[in-house]
Amino acid sequence: MVESFKNWMMATLALSEPQAEILLKTSGMVLLVTLVMTAVAFAVYADRKIWASMQLRRGPNVVGPFGLLQSFADALKLFIKENIIPAGANKGVFLLAPFLSFTVALMSWAVVPWDEGWVFADINVGVLYIFAVSSLGVYGIIMSGWASNSRYAFLGGLRSAAQMVSYEVSIGFVLVTVIVFTGSFNLSDIVMNQAGGFWRWHVWPLLPMAVIFFISALAETNRPPFDLPEAEAELVAGYQTEYSSMTFALFWLGEYANILLMCAMISVLFFGGWMAPVPALDMIPGPVWMFLKICLFFFCFAWVKASVPRYRYDQLMRLGWKVFLPLSLLGVFVYSGVALLTGTAG
Amino acid sequence: MSEASEINIKSYNLNFGPQHPAAHGVLRLVLELDGEVIERADPHIGLLHRGTEKLIEHKTYLQAVGYFDRLDYGAPMCQEHAFALAVEKAADIEVPLRGQYIRVLYAELTRIMSHLLITNTHAMDVGALTPILWGMDQREMLLGFYERASGSRMHAKYFRPGGVHQDLPPDLLQDIYAWCDQFPQYLEDVETLLVDNRIFKQRNVDIGVVTQEEAMALGMSGSNLRSTGLAWDLRKAQPYDVYDRMDFDIPVGKNGDCYDRFLLRMEEMRQSLRIMKQCIEQMPDGPVMTEDRKVGPPRRGEMKRSMEALIHHFKLYTEGYKVPAGEVYAAVEAPKGEFGVYLVSDGTNKPYRCKIRAPGFVHLSSMNHMLKGHMLADVPAVLGAMDVVFGEVDR
Repeated sequence: MVESFKNWMMATLALSEPQAEILLKTSGMVLLVTLVMTAVAFAVYADRKIWASMQLRRGPNVVGPFGLLQSFADALKLFIKENIIPAGANKGVFLLAPFLSFTVALMSWAVVPWDEGWVFADINVGVLYIFAVSSLGVYGIIMSGWASNSRYAFLGGLRSAAQMVSYEVSIGFVLVTVIVFTGSFNLSDIVMNQAGGFWRWHVWPLLPMAVIFFISALAETNRPPFDLPEAEAELVAGYQTEYSSMTFALFWLGEYANILLMCAMISVLFFGGWMAPVPALDMIPGPVWMFLKICLFFFCFAWVKASVPRYRYDQLMRLGWKVFLPLSLLGVFVYSGVALLTGTAG
Repeated sequence: MSEASEINIKSYNLNFGPQHPAAHGVLRLVLELDGEVIERADPHIGLLHRGTEKLIEHKTYLQAVGYFDRLDYGAPMCQEHAFALAVEKAADIEVPLRGQYIRVLYAELTRIMSHLLITNTHAMDVGALTPILWGMDQREMLLGFYERASGSRMHAKYFRPGGVHQDLPPDLLQDIYAWCDQFPQYLEDVETLLVDNRIFKQRNVDIGVVTQEEAMALGMSGSNLRSTGLAWDLRKAQPYDVYDRMDFDIPVGKNGDCYDRFLLRMEEMRQSLRIMKQCIEQMPDGPVMTEDRKVGPPRRGEMKRSMEALIHHFKLYTEGYKVPAGEVYAAVEAPKGEFGVYLVSDGTNKPYRCKIRAPGFVHLSSMNHMLKGHMLADVPAVLGAMDVVFGEVDR
């Protein structure tokens, strides 16, 4: 389909092959970013709605039908507000930070597969790419915390740096087990390995790792119970304290794009990505299944947020280094041992 | 070559409040931090000072009641209760039985209101955001009962020297009883969400520990004192109104930490429910305000017929009544602890001096003791479990 579109462009617009290639990639990027941004807008809305119903509230219900346009109204409001840069802030870094975290959050989406061949960049080290890009996200937060010249923001930035680094370690080990299990770094291959029904999904053999991944994903995206960097009760809003207007909105968009990405990663790594749960349902297209799975895990994220208190900083660190790290290391050891013995290692 | 120069590491000062989401109003807490560990916590108060005590000196006894609603605005009627008791003691006023029952009923209703607010904000301060909205739902109904009895949802001015302002409207007692029946379900819901929650425990167990001796030395009272294991409750120790007719238990804690304080307040709500039900069951008929026309206003119908009643009414609402010279202290077990009113009268229609003993003030002064050595994230937990409201601290 892509190939025929390219040919059509070369024919009708009289472009050379490289020009068509560039145009194609650019329009793909724009499409992807637009889709992710729209999804983020509705994810914020869904988050608020789910949260509200668990708290016996109504949530947003005024702007548009059922409040569906709430996120767009919020974005518009933030867009027309003044961007306040605090006195004493390092202006360049202060402004760069939100752009960095926003861009990094979008970049990872390039390798997420939506169906067989439906992937923007089908690189053979997709897992490593995601891992590398998501570790860059922490820079935005450290920079914002440092550049704001505020003590709350500074503490929030420090906490966040420590937290994200700690939990990335266990996420890394979980990824290693998945790679050992499938023998490929390519996300599409990982999904193909789970073809043939829900009993073939990785979640069954890798259940402990899936649980560790889910919890670490909560920590990685600064969601409760690990929302320490922005712990409202002690740090006001953490690293975001001094931000306003679009810079604040960029942090928000980046955060939710990251959450959705983590939901997508859980479904790709453990729940069969675009695969239907039973082969009989294969006539429903893959992207629909992928979308439904992302929604399901997003609901879990919102559910957790509504039901748990927040960890203290030292307890969070203890959990990361003393519980998850040994557990995920053990997982790597056990799964690669099994793979070696049975000769299924990739 | 050893150049062991001493580096003086300056501790990190953090201003916690007054404009801070967890400062429970207008607390300004100057924290000296070593990393995230608190070395010193210095509470600064006075940002909500309105000169209540001085204002009361310039108001008649009846006018002064309104100021007590505005002290601890989480539990207005309990403060009115202390003032009413003090005036009644000074002027030797007898309160009719129905009035006493209504007071006890509403004092306990107020206790549940206050505890709902505080247990839920405590949970919110440690990051559990859901219980507070469930709790506010219940509290809303209690505010409705306030409104039906007194006409106001918060600043009721309902307990007055001599009884209560007006009798309860019909059906209100049945409605309160029905509310009492459904309330334990809410308590169970919150307990499922929090009491056995590992994160909630980790955030509260052994945080802000005070031993019994320390608690007494610091002058603590109420739930904070009982959490250390001492069964001291003014409702039992020196019963006022009809508390001596009520059958209830005093729950006590064991470790004196934030978790015990939370559990204690949850149990106190259950005990308050018991008292409320007993009040409704035993509620006698009769007047709710003293029939002494020098203190209690005459009935509206009476005023249409009797010149004397009209004069009484006029005198009562302009000059007020005189209280014999002398000094009294009356205290109630307010939701936050011992709330006392020390009244000096010079025989005129206004108090010469009215000293208010607010439990929150005493508790806040133990802040440094409770926080030293804990982490920054424990500040909201300790503050939440301590239960301070700045209306009464700053007065």
